Amino acid sequence: MANRAEKKREPLFHIVKRDTIPFWQSILIRVAAVALALVVCAVVVVLFTDLNPLEVYTTMISGSFGSMRKFWATLQNTAILLCISLAVTPAFKMKFWNIGAEGQVMMGCLGTAACMILIGDKVPSAVLMLIMVVVSILCGMLWGVIPAIFKAYWNTNETLFTLMMNYVAIQLVSFFCTVWENPKGSANIGVINMSSHAGWFPYLFGQQYLLNILIVLVLTIGLYIYLKYNKHGYEISVVGESQNTARYVGMNVKKIIIRTMALSGAICGIAGLLIVAGTNHTMTTSSAGGQGFTAIMVSWLAKFNPLVMILVSFFLVFLDRGAGEIATAFRLNESMADILTGIILFFIIGCEFFVNYQIVFTKRRKEAR
Amino acid sequence: MKKWIAVLLAVAMLFAFAACNNDQPSTGDEGNTSTSEEGSTAGTALTGDIKVGFIFLHDENSTYDKNFIDAANAAQQALGLSNDQVLFRTNIPEGQECYDAAAELVEAGCDVIFADSFGHEGFMLQAAQEFPDVQFCHATGTLAHTAGVDNYHNAFASIYEGRYLAGIAAGMKLNEMIEAGEFTAEEAKMGYVGAFPYAEVISGYTSFYLGAKSVCPTVTMSVRYTNSWFDEALEREAANALIQEGCKLISQHADSMGAPTACEAAGVPNVSYNGSTAAACPNTAIVSSKINWEPYFEYMITCVANGEPIAADWCGTLETESVQLSELNEAVAAEGTAEAIAEAKDKLIAGELHVFDTSTFTVDGETLTSYMADVNTDDAYTPDTEAIADGYFHESEYRSAPYFDIIIDGIEAPES
Repeated sequence: MANRAEKKREPLFHIVKRDTIPFWQSILIRVAAVALALVVCAVVVVLFTDLNPLEVYTTMISGSFGSMRKFWATLQNTAILLCISLAVTPAFKMKFWNIGAEGQVMMGCLGTAACMILIGDKVPSAVLMLIMVVVSILCGMLWGVIPAIFKAYWNTNETLFTLMMNYVAIQLVSFFCTVWENPKGSANIGVINMSSHAGWFPYLFGQQYLLNILIVLVLTIGLYIYLKYNKHGYEISVVGESQNTARYVGMNVKKIIIRTMALSGAICGIAGLLIVAGTNHTMTTSSAGGQGFTAIMVSWLAKFNPLVMILVSFFLVFLDRGAGEIATAFRLNESMADILTGIILFFIIGCEFFVNYQIVFTKRRKEAR
Repeated sequence: MKKWIAVLLAVAMLFAFAACNNDQPSTGDEGNTSTSEEGSTAGTALTGDIKVGFIFLHDENSTYDKNFIDAANAAQQALGLSNDQVLFRTNIPEGQECYDAAAELVEAGCDVIFADSFGHEGFMLQAAQEFPDVQFCHATGTLAHTAGVDNYHNAFASIYEGRYLAGIAAGMKLNEMIEAGEFTAEEAKMGYVGAFPYAEVISGYTSFYLGAKSVCPTVTMSVRYTNSWFDEALEREAANALIQEGCKLISQHADSMGAPTACEAAGVPNVSYNGSTAAACPNTAIVSSKINWEPYFEYMITCVANGEPIAADWCGTLETESVQLSELNEAVAAEGTAEAIAEAKDKLIAGELHVFDTSTFTVDGETLTSYMADVNTDDAYTPDTEAIADGYFHESEYRSAPYFDIIIDGIEAPES
């Protein structure tokens, strides 16, 4: 009797943390996840629309690779998302929950737009460009450092603090949209310096987006080196693992927190610069477009490795552009396409579980028969 | 081992299931295209392989964009175009994405491209300059008549006339409530929820007010801005604040259901915009004015198909059916409203009646005899065009987008 009761309580399987996983096996799990996601998407497509899933997938691919123009736009969108992802990474690696990238980017946008509007026609373009870079970096940095100081000295909750700073930044942008509006009352800035192009990033080799892409590429490599080979990078890891350890070995934790958030904010400021001067040439309250939050996902999925982030952000942009393409090609509401990208993301994030854990099925005991 | 086989079999079945279903819809698709081709030969078909691109700020979930999307679908059907000939790009923000979307539509072979949001203008203009062989049309913009770019065009409609007619319905309702003894003629005050202190909004509420005043001479109006085109909570709050302030009737110029639902909850009559709200607010919705974009879309597409030039600045009217009123909600509207509206509409079309007739309103106690309007957009908002002649303000004549931005006596409006 006792034996049977014991057997009943025994679960069918249990979950074990993996120590290490061979590289090929982790790749296999991820590929399987994508394949499964595509199957589920196909089922959803067939159930809710009358479309051929294969056609849907080809259309999705053509959203990013359909033409040179689309490909450049994909690279450009990837560059911006990657830039913001880089920005949030040092803070997250330090376990500083900075969800204020959106606001920091908006401040970078605001700084850039202010330079372009106020002194666009008053200084030579090289000087203007320099001022824009400095101002946008300072604006982003300011928005990053304020919550860091409060965290370092008074241990405030940085998640709430950075979140609230987003709203302040968006309202500031909204205010200046009204100040610089044209025509009157429209709360719309319009294209800044439309005729003089003052403060606009130059075309490189006839490509509007190339400069943006190169800047982000340099930042990516720079941050990779900073985090991996620089002493600062090491300090960030230690503070992230344990602040007490960091203190014990004599690190100045306050300084590290503030310095790291200054860096995060500064890169966000550069993202704002790229968005306003390198891309849109205007500013609206949705200039950052929620990418400050998407970037958090990119950073985590890439496990804070800047080089892997290139792939992750490209993949997210690919899904997003694919969604738009599907909506256009099949006259679907974009929500349908978003459901598909949601399914794919669910599987990809979900498969990380199987990379980290393994399921062990309980073997039946012979004597139970 | 057996379990693995079971899992594999399950996956294989999933694939098979998906594959089985693959075949059916593709045949269904063929069926669909053939019927649409039949439709095209039956209707007032356009010859040639014209292709049209539409860029929308949001999708159908926004009443503003839904109005455009419905009109685009209607125009497509009326002209007998297939889905391959009419491409929609939804959720395009007011930034470089708009230019990218336009350029991609050019690549896809579009002959004419339309964008629906004010902030799209600069990017549409940029695309127009880069692709001179493609026509670019933009709703609500202000730059086309001065830009000197031949293939760039603005469009709007004389919605102020529609709002004037809706204002008559509001005035009649107020009269009915005064006669029923609910309040005195002096207490007849309306509330208006506006998006921004922008000429388009000011022109709209002034015409609405003048319409009401034409039948209820003692009426006054209080305006509140939300500083957003779409913010349901703010619009509801503004409407409630106006009702608290003693407004007997509410109207609005913003894109959510905030104000109408607040009115329904408070039992205050409401005059709506962008389409009828009678289904959601059966006890308070009187009537709604809207711009119907279908005539413009048909005009724009037909012009391109026939190789004719599109007007740089096109303004739809009551006559072109670009300005429309929804069906009157008889349960709420006062008796005789339909007749009064019909009469005024005929007079407006005939040119016997002008909405901004300077003899019907004063500004700081004086009758306006001259007003320089800011018609040509510039950074300094320089007033450049004399808009008053022959005893009325000539709205939407020097450019299609409204430029009446005067606060007249009887209307109480904050700075922002």
